[in-house]
Amino acid sequence: MEKNRLQLMLCGGSGCQANGSRVFQDALEKELKRTHLDQEIKIIETGCNGFCAVGPVMLVQPEGIFYQKLNAKDVPELVEEHFLKGRPVKRLQYVEPASEKTIPKMDDIPFFTHQEFRVMRNKGMIDPEIIDEYIARDGYFGAAKALTEMTPEQVISEIKKSGLRGRGGAGFPTGLKWEFASRSTNDTKYVLCNADEGDPGAFMDRSVLEADPHAVLEGMIIAARAINANKGYIYCRTEYPLALHRLDLAIKQARDYGLLGENILKSGFNFDIEIYQGAGAFVCGEETALMRSIEGKRGMPRPRPPFPANQGLWEKPTVLNNVETLANIAQIILNGGEWYASIGTETSKGTKVFALTGAVNNIGLVEVPMGITLRQMIFDIGGGIPKKRKFKAVQLGGPSGGCIPTQCLDTPIDYEEIVKVGAIMGSGGVIVMDEKTCMVDMARFFLDFIQDESCGKCTPCREGTRRLLEIIEKICQGKGELKDIQTLEELSEVIKNSSLCGLGQTAPNPVLSTLRYFKDEYIAHIVEKRCPAKRCVALLKFKVNPDLCKKCGLCFKTCPADAITWQKKEVAVIDNEKCIKCMSCFEVCRFNAID
Amino acid sequence: MEPKEIDWNQLTVIIEKYKDQNWSLIPLLQNVQETFGYIPPESIEPIADALKIYPSQVQGVITFYSGFSLKQKGRYVLKVCRGTACHVKGSRSILRYVKKELDLEEGETSEDYQFTLETVACLGACFLAPTMMVNRDYFGKLNPTKVSSVLGQYGKKKEDDG
Ligand SMILES: Cc1cc2nc3c(=O)[nH]c(=O)nc-3n(C[C@H](O)[C@H](O)[C@H](O)COP(=O)(O)O)c2cc1C
Ligand code: SF4
Ligand code: SF4
Ligand code: FES
Ligand code: FES
Repeated sequence: MEKNRLQLMLCGGSGCQANGSRVFQDALEKELKRTHLDQEIKIIETGCNGFCAVGPVMLVQPEGIFYQKLNAKDVPELVEEHFLKGRPVKRLQYVEPASEKTIPKMDDIPFFTHQEFRVMRNKGMIDPEIIDEYIARDGYFGAAKALTEMTPEQVISEIKKSGLRGRGGAGFPTGLKWEFASRSTNDTKYVLCNADEGDPGAFMDRSVLEADPHAVLEGMIIAARAINANKGYIYCRTEYPLALHRLDLAIKQARDYGLLGENILKSGFNFDIEIYQGAGAFVCGEETALMRSIEGKRGMPRPRPPFPANQGLWEKPTVLNNVETLANIAQIILNGGEWYASIGTETSKGTKVFALTGAVNNIGLVEVPMGITLRQMIFDIGGGIPKKRKFKAVQLGGPSGGCIPTQCLDTPIDYEEIVKVGAIMGSGGVIVMDEKTCMVDMARFFLDFIQDESCGKCTPCREGTRRLLEIIEKICQGKGELKDIQTLEELSEVIKNSSLCGLGQTAPNPVLSTLRYFKDEYIAHIVEKRCPAKRCVALLKFKVNPDLCKKCGLCFKTCPADAITWQKKEVAVIDNEKCIKCMSCFEVCRFNAID
Repeated sequence: MEPKEIDWNQLTVIIEKYKDQNWSLIPLLQNVQETFGYIPPESIEPIADALKIYPSQVQGVITFYSGFSLKQKGRYVLKVCRGTACHVKGSRSILRYVKKELDLEEGETSEDYQFTLETVACLGACFLAPTMMVNRDYFGKLNPTKVSSVLGQYGKKKEDDG
């Protein structure tokens, strides 16, 4: 790697590919060849860099210059100016929205400066398809240490010291989970990796798998050593073709290097990993359902105990960990539990990866130290809310989570503190919502999701959520009554207390948290038959308010149904016969003039 | 395009491949789904026989997982994202618009087997919200006009091929 004058770390993650990184890469390769620079400048295709919002992105090393929103058309200028003449191309660099200043170096961009990279330390730095690049950054040193210098007890004790808690949602202490499984006496044990990532709006695990698959394998090897398992499975969604491909490649390379298989690193320890593809059922992310699914059955959760640590896959002692949890392990073994625990809060140590999406400027993947506030994450790293709109709430924890309003923005990122304000840490999806989001509609959205995904085994989960959804739909239609609010609250409690698995137990959370902070919106829907955020179609008039209309004609230009008439200096008029209620005009009107 | 005739030899080959493996029902079904684009209901019995389980067990697994379908799908499968990030950016209106344009409800296939309309929990491309996928291609930052042009792209191909 060292021989090259410049290394171009081009993001080849799913996001940048969707934004056209492949076409750019082809053009760049050709141009480098044509200018005979291909000997001294090397393109390295990396996994997700994190800043997906401005993709395709590329980092020029060792200079640290960061390019964004690249297009094949930019290639000749980039090669000529920067790579030949040494003058970086300013127009392709990041511009800070507030100050409108251009920031050439990645390390100076606020999106990156507030982050702390541990899980994602290799992102954008290595080619994930080449094991040597991983090894060159201390890869598999942790496994080597665990296998040749440490006893299983020492490994477990180090993980316990680190305070690491499961990143898949429940936050169970990882060291403790391993200790339980290590105490089960059985010849056959399993280590499983949960890469089912079903929460909508979450893509952390996918990015880790795409950018650094070996880190997950190494974590599994160490876990296997700790509990003395010889076989591992990675349960991964079929919807992640790139992650699956890279995992497959990584496993083969690790086998070739003697890092998987028999007698790993001559330690006498055997362990191998297979990939198992999910078949599209959200509930299979739940641990007992996941194990049933691997066994080829309908993926329905079962009651615990017995816990998987004693009776898991195929009734054998099993440890299941999330992708991000496992990606932390090797670093902890290498640097020590105390190092890991040196950042964070009393009960939440280390870092957490979040997928920042929704109404926020810097959409992407971020890794932050535990303990920073939601405000810091959304405004300092996320760059605040676009289109000059106001922040309304942030949703954490997926369908099991809750919406956190403005007045709680100074809540630190900490498992217990987040529960106090009515959400959960969850797996890491963070959806920022502005004033144009209707909170009743949000509750309806999550219930709809849960309804589809409930496995149907428990009546409260299956029927109770259906009933909740019916009531909320009635409210969105303007047919609600005030007593519905009480029914929602009571029913929610019943579902919470009588469902079998986490899906049902947490299903009412989105309802409860929106009721807690945004009851006035429910009341506006019920009493005034009005949706303040203008989202609930049944409560909208599709009429232009002549007092607010600035006669700009934007709505006219946007309407796909030719339902709007407008002329210069005239108020726009909607023809309700033609209108198909697509809501595009609501989205574009800057003056909130459409009711 | 009419529904394809099923090549039973191909099915036999797939079944043979998985027959003696442990826990092979789901991988087997995935292979069948990939090969034929769906799981022909007629294949349930031979699969059950080969794995020595009941046809009802096979049926149960197929209906449980959304990745499996017992119905033949269209040439272009549209998956409109209904994830949270897309929802807050207006995916409900997008879905409504697509339904209207294709005259299909969720899960339906057009009579000429050109289009199947589906929804998906999250395509993992939330930064492009609202998104949809047509076969393996992503389309993002959708609005009704853009949806029309995407559909036009595929509609056109239909005419070209005759
Ligand atoms: C309905 C439901 C869905 C879940 N989905 C996932 C998932 O997609 N990924 C994941 O890692 N954990 C998921 N979990 C949590 C797992 O059951 C389990 O706690 C976790 O994988 C354990 O790993 P960890 O301790 O490393 O977090 C889900 C739980 C429930 C109840
Ligand atoms: S976009 Fe708004 S302000 Fe502009 S013409 Fe339409 S209604 Fe009036
Ligand atoms: S809702 Fe859609 S169809 Fe109706 S007027 Fe607005 S842009 Fe036109
Ligand atoms: S995919 Fe390229 S930055 Fe995320
Ligand atoms: S929510 Fe639509 S792509 Fe993630």
